[in-house]
Amino acid sequence: MTLLLIILIPLAGALLPPWFVRWGRTQSALAAGGAAGASFLLLASLLPDVMGGATPSLDIPWMTSIGLDLTLRLDGLALLFSLLILGIGLLVILYARYYLSREDPMGRFYAFLLFFMASMLGVVLADNLLLLLVFWELTSISSFLLIGFWKHLPEARQGARMALVITGGGGLAMLAGFILLGQIAGTNQISEILAQGDLVRSSALYAPMLVLVLLGAFTKSAQFPFHFWLPHAMSAPTPVSAYLHSATMVKAGVFLLARLFPALAGTQLWFVLVTGVGVTTMVVAAYIAVSRHDLKALLAYSTVSHLGIITACFGLGTPMAAVVGVFHIMNHAAFKASLFMNAGIVDHETGTRDLRRLSGLRHTLPITGLLALVASAAMAGLPPLNGFLSKEMFFEEALHAEYAVGPGWMLPVIVTLGGLFSVAYSIRYVADAFLGPESTDLPKAPHEPPRGMRLPVELLVLLCIAIGLFPKQVAGKLVEVAAGATIGIPTAGGELPYYSLKLWHGLNLALLMSALAIVGGAIAWKFRGSVIALHEGPLPFPRGKAMFEGLVGRLVSVSGTITKALENGSLQRYLLLLAAVTVAAVGVPMLASPWATGADTRVPADAISIAFFVFLAVGTLGTALLHRDRIRALVFISVVGLVVSLGFVHLSAPDLALTQISVEVVTIVLLLLALHLLPEQSPDEESRFVLGRDALIAGAAGAAVASVSWVLLTTDVSTISDFFLAESKPGGGGYNVVNVILVDFRGYDTFGEIVVLGIAALGIYALIDGMGVPERWRVGSAKDEVRYPLLLTTVARLTLPLALMVSIFLFMRGHNEPGGGFIAGLVTAVALIIQYIASGVGWTQERLGRDLHKVIGGGILIAAFTGIGAWIWGAPFLTGWFDYFDLPLFGEVELASAILFDLGVYLTVVAVVMIMLTNMGKIRNATAVDVPDDED
Amino acid sequence: MELLLTLTVGVLVAGGVFLVLRPRTFSTILGLSLLSYAANVFLFSSSYVRTGLAPLASIKDSPFPDPLPQALVLTAIVISFGMTGFVVVLSLRAYNDLGSDHVDGDVHDPASADGGGTS
Amino acid sequence: MSHLPILPVIVPALTAVTLLLFARAPIATQRAISVLSMLGMVGIATALVVEAAGGSMMTYRLGDWAAPYGIVLVADRLAVLMVAMTSLVGLGTVAFAAQGWDLHGRNFHALLHFQLMGLNGAFLTGDIFNLFVFFEILLIASYGLMLHGGGRERIGAGLHYVVLNLGGSALFVIGLGMVYGSLGTLNMADLALRVGDVGPGLEAVVQAAALLLLVVFALKAALLPLYFWLPRTYGATSAPVAALFAIMTKVGVYSIIRVYTLVFPGEAPVIDGLPGAVLLPIALATIVFAALGALAANTLRGMVANLLVVSVGVMMTAISLFTEASLAAGLYYMVHSTLIVAALFLIVEMVSAERGEVVDRLQPAPQVARPALLGTLFFVAAAAIGGLPPFGGFLGKVYVLQSAADANGVAWIWTIVLAGSLLGLVALARGGSAVFWNTAPSTDDDEIGDPPRTAPPSGRPASAAPAVLLLGLVAAVAILAGPVSTFTDAAAAQLADPTGYIEAVMGPDGGIDGVADGDIDDVADGGTEGVAVELQTGGGE
Repeated sequence: MTLLLIILIPLAGALLPPWFVRWGRTQSALAAGGAAGASFLLLASLLPDVMGGATPSLDIPWMTSIGLDLTLRLDGLALLFSLLILGIGLLVILYARYYLSREDPMGRFYAFLLFFMASMLGVVLADNLLLLLVFWELTSISSFLLIGFWKHLPEARQGARMALVITGGGGLAMLAGFILLGQIAGTNQISEILAQGDLVRSSALYAPMLVLVLLGAFTKSAQFPFHFWLPHAMSAPTPVSAYLHSATMVKAGVFLLARLFPALAGTQLWFVLVTGVGVTTMVVAAYIAVSRHDLKALLAYSTVSHLGIITACFGLGTPMAAVVGVFHIMNHAAFKASLFMNAGIVDHETGTRDLRRLSGLRHTLPITGLLALVASAAMAGLPPLNGFLSKEMFFEEALHAEYAVGPGWMLPVIVTLGGLFSVAYSIRYVADAFLGPESTDLPKAPHEPPRGMRLPVELLVLLCIAIGLFPKQVAGKLVEVAAGATIGIPTAGGELPYYSLKLWHGLNLALLMSALAIVGGAIAWKFRGSVIALHEGPLPFPRGKAMFEGLVGRLVSVSGTITKALENGSLQRYLLLLAAVTVAAVGVPMLASPWATGADTRVPADAISIAFFVFLAVGTLGTALLHRDRIRALVFISVVGLVVSLGFVHLSAPDLALTQISVEVVTIVLLLLALHLLPEQSPDEESRFVLGRDALIAGAAGAAVASVSWVLLTTDVSTISDFFLAESKPGGGGYNVVNVILVDFRGYDTFGEIVVLGIAALGIYALIDGMGVPERWRVGSAKDEVRYPLLLTTVARLTLPLALMVSIFLFMRGHNEPGGGFIAGLVTAVALIIQYIASGVGWTQERLGRDLHKVIGGGILIAAFTGIGAWIWGAPFLTGWFDYFDLPLFGEVELASAILFDLGVYLTVVAVVMIMLTNMGKIRNATAVDVPDDED
Repeated sequence: MELLLTLTVGVLVAGGVFLVLRPRTFSTILGLSLLSYAANVFLFSSSYVRTGLAPLASIKDSPFPDPLPQALVLTAIVISFGMTGFVVVLSLRAYNDLGSDHVDGDVHDPASADGGGTS
Repeated sequence: MSHLPILPVIVPALTAVTLLLFARAPIATQRAISVLSMLGMVGIATALVVEAAGGSMMTYRLGDWAAPYGIVLVADRLAVLMVAMTSLVGLGTVAFAAQGWDLHGRNFHALLHFQLMGLNGAFLTGDIFNLFVFFEILLIASYGLMLHGGGRERIGAGLHYVVLNLGGSALFVIGLGMVYGSLGTLNMADLALRVGDVGPGLEAVVQAAALLLLVVFALKAALLPLYFWLPRTYGATSAPVAALFAIMTKVGVYSIIRVYTLVFPGEAPVIDGLPGAVLLPIALATIVFAALGALAANTLRGMVANLLVVSVGVMMTAISLFTEASLAAGLYYMVHSTLIVAALFLIVEMVSAERGEVVDRLQPAPQVARPALLGTLFFVAAAAIGGLPPFGGFLGKVYVLQSAADANGVAWIWTIVLAGSLLGLVALARGGSAVFWNTAPSTDDDEIGDPPRTAPPSGRPASAAPAVLLLGLVAAVAILAGPVSTFTDAAAAQLADPTGYIEAVMGPDGGIDGVADGDIDDVADGGTEGVAVELQTGGGE
């Protein structure tokens, strides 16, 4: 549980600083420090156990389906890193208190910093691959926020984006790698995976898995060729650079190499990839560092270079090399963090970090200068400092690498070269800034910084010296447990490979290499001018950032082009795609497999049917061909509708026929009204090609669907219908099966159907309501009373009661004979429409009442409650009920719940149709033009 | 008879698809209603069909055609009726708001239509 | 008997009708009714989830007619999961809309509840024609909502949306004709039984039916090449509606899952893995092109809309494998993506409302009024939709990748899914930093399209509550990933082995009598088995 708290306290603590900042910057800093400190104490409380070889752990299930559990484990390696994270974290918090200016939102800064701290602790404590990845990505996110902290600086924004995308991308690759690793090992628990290294290394998936995992590690630790994001991350405030981008986060990559060392290391491939990339990075970055003029840039490349050294160590694959790697991680953290803060002080005091302007600061900043001298000596690897020890050991290991590519002398030579450059830039840092004549043109007159700002630097430099002089006493134990954990030796003090942490190993090759590096470095510094010239001239290294930005830019523009090309906003395009896909979906299977025809008994075609078909075909073709002459097209399509209705009659589907015909009338009236407002002609705007293409697609679609229809019509399939035929009367209480299906067997469909109608009416109402009376259609004044032909009016007035009678008749008989609520409703509506055509909207609406919404609501309500009524008898929704009564005069009468339900349908339909038409009428009437009698 | 129905479906679908692909709302609407005729006839004739029964048939006279498709088609007709009404009004609204009855609004050359939400 | 399964349909319906009857009532009253009903729906959904989690598969026989003759509702785990998500997103939407968006047009709340009725009905029904009917309900309602408030851009986009979907509906009817004509029934469980032995010469028709329905569902789910309408539609409509529409695409996804695990399973000899074979490449292509779209987007909304399509692509990739694990992965991913997309549409709206003329265009503009609040909300949401840990997007992605590990074409799947999320990351980093970091004072003063797009003045912190609610749910999906994935896993198990579903609907011995005993206590024994028995034998004529 303590382990979890170590992570949770900083995480929760992230909320405090923004809150405390209202009482002052110091309070905010104290809050942050408090959180970090508490976590540090918890860690310290576990220190003895771990040193004693114990490994506290915790396991809380999270998402077992994917093998992700909250599994934490504090072994030596985790301990070393946790100490770095919290220790240096505390120093940085102190430092930042004085570094940040009044304008900077300090609360936010500390919040992000603690958020990062928690994430990083998670990375090192995680004992589950996926959990590690979770925290891994969280560090990327917090780093993104911190790099972009000064959001007004464009380079800060770019740097942040670049860091996020590159490390995030690496994280994705690593995700794939981890899933593979997890499947190879059959578990995601790291401690278990480490136990079965041989299995992993012998797996067929080892190579791809390794590459993917390394991609993650290398991007995070800024290894060549992904190194370029790190220098640009330096646009973050200097405390961030010191903390994330040198001491901790960028170490996550090498931490991963250490963490998975027992499982992955010790193969030729591992050596080639890891050491190869490591040494390349070491040399290249060191070479670039020499020619940086910005203090922070110099340190940034130096960081990259040292990360290269560490990577290379682990790449060697020997236990001893791993020990060296761990040791150098510790040392580098110490001197590099101090140097960054040092650079921050210089920047803070002088207002510049440009080595070409800085000079002779030793006069104004003596102590800072001294600290810089010691720290950079450690960075250069001079005795008697910690940097010297680990570098010596590294050279030693490079001399006896187990694996090799190329001649044996190659590796030592390369690393010496790298060492040479690192000496050069180390000298440059101290000499150019602090020695030489005092510079005169500094933006600010420098003097020693506040105590709190220098204290962290002093402590770290002290550490460098202490480790250098008394390595065994100061760092020995820690290195031992950490290294032990790394190599995968369960308990510390176990059989670690023989190594000795001491300054003097006697005269040996490694010492010679160091000597060469130091002398050569000094010379290189002397002639730094030409090195810089070389870098800016013949031997530049590719500008990673420019390439990256260019790549993203191109990507964006390309995707812009593609998207524009696809989503061109043309409905015709989208419909064409839909049609094409449909043709494929239906056509392909129909062409692919054989279909039987003619199994079923055919119905002979009679003259009427043929006549019907001819009419229909002519009507359809007419509509299609003459669609630009809209009136004619409308006439043709109404013919089609008519024929379809008659066809239904002929095919013994009277209910359909009645429905179709009444729907037809209303639809045609609607279209007429619409046409009255729309242009009467469509422009001739389409090329022959387009028309031909569409005709082709249309033909194909027709053929495809028709083929299916043919198969279905000529093959016999047993359907569930017999049930309805048999049950209609006994079960549903009606002879008209279709109606019984509608109101009883499948009444639920009908319920949905009237809801659709109701909603449609609402939508129509809203559309027209939102439109108001359009200017375009206001011909003359809306007030003119239109004269209606007297005959039509009177006839219409007479027909109304008749029509109502008819609809009542249809309604009542619906259950046993063709008819029913829907048809009755439409008939009523049609009758009302005739009124409306004859007498105008005013007359009709007066007699209709204004608000038809309520009628719709009422209709649906009746239907719904008819259905709910069944609950009283404990029956499900819409359970039908009917019985026969003997009423005087009437004789036996059937009463059925279905009738009530149908009433709901009836009301809804009437109201809907009236809304459609009267509202259209609003527009029409506004135009004050008589109904066009265009049919004839 | 089966052949006639098949051809009917084919013709209606073809006509409908062709019209739907036209650039003006009115034609598109006509196309959609042709398509719904097609769909209804197709669904209607998806099972077996019978002719020559009394126009006002019921199970009292048999053989009765498959009643289920009829019920389904009836539902479909009603629904498409509502939809047609809606789209007709929408086309008017579009004509009013966009100043053109082109399906892409005030665009006379569909090729140069702009890419909407993205792009 | 328990009427629980029908309530998700009845309650919104009655709410909507009540709202119609009180159309003249003050807006406050309407909002109260609307919100209360939504809370009720959340309660009902919870009850359903509890029931289903226990493993009981509730069936509800409308009109008390036995399957396959009557329409039967089936509340299996998938169905109740969808209903639950719908209610939650609906709640967020209503709460958000009640800040003033509901005044931009008529009957907003009524339409919204009709929409919910349609959605829930579609999720719960066990009858494929009834599925069509409820598709139409939710579509016509969505037309009304999409156009709510009007405005040039919205009407233009709306016309496209409506016409395309009307085309889709016609295809749906034709597809149903094929289904009924070739298999002779409409109940999905019964279809599942019959698809086993298809009549001679009808194989082609069954395949055509399967593929045609796939087209219809793909149009709703927004899969390549049928998603191009989506970015503009979602970009043009009002924010709350866009948020609600996060569910709309899931209707397509749901239908695909339901129909191709139950009615046309790949195992059936006629189908023979057809849907999966077709879906996988389409899903992958969708990811690629939508991710490019997100990168190309020049408004936050456009970006979110495209990321929505990407997420659909990812979940369809998993689903198209049709293994139990992949379905589980797809379902978990869907829960997350639905909630986060809804939340993000609301957040983007709040952001653009505070950026004046520029709204959500990716260009320098004055700092938003509430940088801390909105910045945090957006950042969290962006991380969540970008598939970054610790959110469900990451967990779901891992799940999807794992479940695809031993599928053939795994290399493609992994590459494209991972590349897709990298592109998404790039897009979000650009968009986010452009809006929240690059806050140079805006120079351009061009008019913005639609008045309704700009929010009513609601600087109160309370105005963020709906978005916070949805984000909270997103967080819950991640933190409670254990329980959530346990449920989705169980749902996937039910889908992978549909016999449970079929028996619940048709009875244990393959539907000779109509008693559904998937969960006996929930089903009254209807009075019609006798008839059913004697009639089942003789079909056709």
